[in-house]
Amino acid sequence: MRREAPQKLSDYGPLFFPATMLIVFFVVPFATMIAVSFFQRQQGGFYVPAFQFANYERFLSLFFANVLGFSLMLAVTVAICCVVLAVPFTYLLTRMRRKVQIVWLVALLSVLSLSEVIIGFAWSTLFSRTAGITNLLVMAGIMSEAKALLPSFGAVLTGMVYQAFPYTVLVLYPALVRLDPTLTEAARTLGASPIKAFFTVVVPALRNTITATLIMVFIFALGSYLLPQLLGRPQHWTLSVLITDQAIYQSNMPFAAAMAVFLVLVTLGLVALTVLAGRKGEAA
Amino acid sequence: MTDFLKQNIGRRAVLGAGLAGASMLAMPSILRAQDKSLKVGVYGGYFKDSFDKNIFPDFTKATGIAVEAIAEPTGEAWLVQLDQAAKAGQAPADVSMMSQVAMLKGQATELWAPLDMAKIKNGSNLIDRFVNKYPDGRVAGIGAVSWYITLVTNTDVYKEAPTSWQAFWDPANADKLGLLALVSNSFLLEVTAKTFLGGTNALDTEEGIQKAFDKLAEVKPNVRLWYRDEAQFEQALKSGEIPMGQYYHDVTGLAAADGNPVRSTFPKEGGIQDSGCWALSRASTKVEEAHVFIDYMSQPSIQALLSRKVGTSPTVKRELMDLTDAEFAAVSSDIEPIIPRYDLYQTKSDWLNQKWTELIVG
Repeated sequence: MRREAPQKLSDYGPLFFPATMLIVFFVVPFATMIAVSFFQRQQGGFYVPAFQFANYERFLSLFFANVLGFSLMLAVTVAICCVVLAVPFTYLLTRMRRKVQIVWLVALLSVLSLSEVIIGFAWSTLFSRTAGITNLLVMAGIMSEAKALLPSFGAVLTGMVYQAFPYTVLVLYPALVRLDPTLTEAARTLGASPIKAFFTVVVPALRNTITATLIMVFIFALGSYLLPQLLGRPQHWTLSVLITDQAIYQSNMPFAAAMAVFLVLVTLGLVALTVLAGRKGEAA
Repeated sequence: MTDFLKQNIGRRAVLGAGLAGASMLAMPSILRAQDKSLKVGVYGGYFKDSFDKNIFPDFTKATGIAVEAIAEPTGEAWLVQLDQAAKAGQAPADVSMMSQVAMLKGQATELWAPLDMAKIKNGSNLIDRFVNKYPDGRVAGIGAVSWYITLVTNTDVYKEAPTSWQAFWDPANADKLGLLALVSNSFLLEVTAKTFLGGTNALDTEEGIQKAFDKLAEVKPNVRLWYRDEAQFEQALKSGEIPMGQYYHDVTGLAAADGNPVRSTFPKEGGIQDSGCWALSRASTKVEEAHVFIDYMSQPSIQALLSRKVGTSPTVKRELMDLTDAEFAAVSSDIEPIIPRYDLYQTKSDWLNQKWTELIVG
């Protein structure tokens, strides 16, 4: 069947529904947020329409730069941890029997059904002094007394990697299933060890997929605001936590919107840089 | 048994039965909608459960108005939702229990429908400061309950109850405290001022507030958890994971009555007395029912019932109620309370919030 370019207006019909959805649920709310970010905050009240940069000015300080820097660092770390864990895992998964694969995928999908709240409280119990995993280590005689593993950066990282891991595997899975097995076979015939074949053949062949996955997990992790609160100390709070504070608890919508817009811009900028760097690497 | 399973039930039959079942389940709510009803926002958790169990059924019996209790979050989340909804002409709850800071902020946008005191006969029972007024004298809200935030400890970890807020500053309590995460709901500036600076008047000037912040910074190494969500701290306090902190006197009392190893102490500097108002959203169409409800809640007998069953401190004058000394002591104290400086959270909220966030995050 030959694919023809749309001729009549009605040929565009199938596009109307998704386009409308995109406008109603993405473009309009996002535009509203940008507009609100320029509004004037009424202290002790809400806000009035205006056009001013005060909200952005307040954001440009060392304090918020540090928080933004931490948020980006955390999201990058989560993305790297997830990909480092998920690529070998998914590769091995695709080499398993069909039935085993289905069991694993269903288990991973069921993790997705857990809300962030449940994940947060579950890990805070697991990491607690009174009921946590250190009690098992004490029972096994490895540790002398139970101790709390939270609040800490490690706890935040664990929770967030746990939450993002299923997404990572699900994004990598199709690409790895489609990977031509003869590539690794050829490498093996030429004398490469399985590990060498994995790193010199499989990983480079998947470079684009891996970059895309890194970006996806990065953006996913950047929006996290509950896990840093439940598992971390205040210095581990992400910018999203402060945005929530402003929006929900201080009812300072303009400032919250300005921070959110700034976060989106920085994110888009970083993603664009990554994509550009990827293209250059390919051209070389 | 197997014969039954083998019976061939058509897809349509299953769908039809499902539909019939669903519409039967929906029927009572259609019938109920014709009666008088009122949506009441109450803080979620113990508070809402207690109201559902002890207060609302009797109110419905006495007045014929059905109450749909809505669990509202504390802080200003509910205020934001109410305000956004009112702009769209909606009222997620008709009457809501609102904090004093939220009352002031709601006043700024005329969110609260003025109440007609002629329809609230029991309003005269209230202690004056529990009638919340607009600057021009219209009544914005009526004191619903008041409550204390006190010094709470886990009894397994602390055999002796602490006697002063100074315990927060004790280096022996490193990494053991759970404190509220926001400047406007923890009232720790007031506590610092009362404990170390001679009273909350010390916060009149920015220099005074700065002094309080500096003193408060010394508490930071002792804090394990800055909580926004009460459930998070309550759980940790009960288990002894975080054995000391600030928490609600009434909720702690109820938890102790349930057999948990927790206690609430009024420090010698006084507990923090905060209060909530019943306020009516201007988008509500249930104005009559709301007045009946607020009047009912302002009766001395109901306030006494709240003290006994929910553990809140009454908003009506003590002499009108039949509370015994012991019952009164269980919810309140003769020690002069620390009254929060709500005006600061109205006039200096952004500055305070910024300093506070830098203090705990930085």
